[in-house]
Amino acid sequence: MQLFMEQLPIVIQSLNVGFLQTLKLFFVTLIGAIPLGLLISFGTMSKFKPLSWLMKLIVWVIRGTPLMIQLLIIYFFPGLVFGVPIWGGGENGRFLAASVSFILNYACYFSEIYRGGIQSVPIGQDEAGLVLGMTRSQIFFKVKLLQMIKRIVPPMSNEIITLVKDTSLARIVALQELIWAGQAFMKGSHGISGAIWPMFFTAFYYLVWNGIVTVLLGRLEKKLDYFQ
Amino acid sequence: MSILQVEHICKSFGNTEVLKDISFSLEQGQVLSIIGSSGSGKTTLLRCLNFLEQPDGGVIRVKGETLFDAKDPSTLKESAVRKKRLHFGLVFQSFNLFPQYTALGNVMLAKDLLAKEQPDYKARKNEIQTQIKEQAEALLEQMGLSDRMNNYPHQLSGGQCQRVAIARALALQPDILCFDEPTSALDPELTGEVLKVMKELADQKTTMVIVTHEMAFARDVANQVIFMDDGRILEQGTPEELFGNTREERTKQFLSRFMEG
Repeated sequence: MQLFMEQLPIVIQSLNVGFLQTLKLFFVTLIGAIPLGLLISFGTMSKFKPLSWLMKLIVWVIRGTPLMIQLLIIYFFPGLVFGVPIWGGGENGRFLAASVSFILNYACYFSEIYRGGIQSVPIGQDEAGLVLGMTRSQIFFKVKLLQMIKRIVPPMSNEIITLVKDTSLARIVALQELIWAGQAFMKGSHGISGAIWPMFFTAFYYLVWNGIVTVLLGRLEKKLDYFQ
Repeated sequence: MSILQVEHICKSFGNTEVLKDISFSLEQGQVLSIIGSSGSGKTTLLRCLNFLEQPDGGVIRVKGETLFDAKDPSTLKESAVRKKRLHFGLVFQSFNLFPQYTALGNVMLAKDLLAKEQPDYKARKNEIQTQIKEQAEALLEQMGLSDRMNNYPHQLSGGQCQRVAIARALALQPDILCFDEPTSALDPELTGEVLKVMKELADQKTTMVIVTHEMAFARDVANQVIFMDDGRILEQGTPEELFGNTREERTKQFLSRFMEG
């Protein structure tokens, strides 16, 4: 017990550093994937068939393969196959490669949620806008967007909660995120080795962070309750 | 000169001919009612007038200006269509109000967006905004909705929603206001309140084209009635001619079903 109390502050400090990297990956993914997903969803809905097919192909491949494989391919492929390690070495390079993988992966999932949201807004909304002399973009931004957002908050919440936990996959390219920081105490870190409990302890970080995310998204959902 | 001239409009969906050589004209300040059974092409005709559908053939003129001519490609461009739509207003059967805006917001939105395109909008922003708001409030008042302006559509009854939709269409001061079965989604009580404001608009000499199943309303309010059947205009004339002196057997058959009830 005494040993545990001695180790706890050291472990927590180390896990906090890892968690910071986890949070960074989480926010960078959201900031990148939310708009990129919209572009992809417009692409899949495009009337220009080659573009729509290409986007659907990308979505199929990305959603059809494990994120872990995508991480590995994106991180190692350029260097191993072409001899051009575009990501550079070190933690920054790993973070960059992980960000690109996560953004691409999540943008594809988001795009399908957006498509569902856009298509669920009744066609009558377009027609009402058109006969009032509104442009297509005015109809999208002033009329349909908020209705779409209202509809996609619940499925997006699901994805965002999954993303919190999926960030741990970046461990596979040795990104020094939360799991990596916890696991390090098994091998030896900060003078502690052979300890497995720090890795189990990381679960609380995910749980608490997801609690916060759930409350925030719940508030957003409530905020959009003023119309139906 | 007629405010609206429609000549030889044809429209097919795939192999189905929905409109077959439709021609009619309408004078300023008059009300035209289009009646006929479901599937006779009434709604498609209205949608063609509002450029929600593109006719395959024919000409549409408003105040002598050719808005649409199937033979003249320059009138078919999407960019040109937008401004032409403003000659017409359309009130839908299902209202199609914007749910995230209040009644007042629904009436103001399109006018506001159009005003932003004026070159002097920035300089006169407050003045223009006040003007748009006052006009919208006056329209809602006219529709009997003074106490409902800040309600959202889901807080309003169907009849109130439809009256907001009418105010929204009027806000852009269209030359011709079209109604697509405006009371078909309403119960008889709510139908009455919507028909009442439409009657008032007719009394104020608003030019209107009304697709309706309300025969009594068509007879009492319209100056001109068209009976459509299978994509054609089978019979047209004044309400007295069409309802009192029906020529075609098909029209008689259609009307008898309504008049019994």
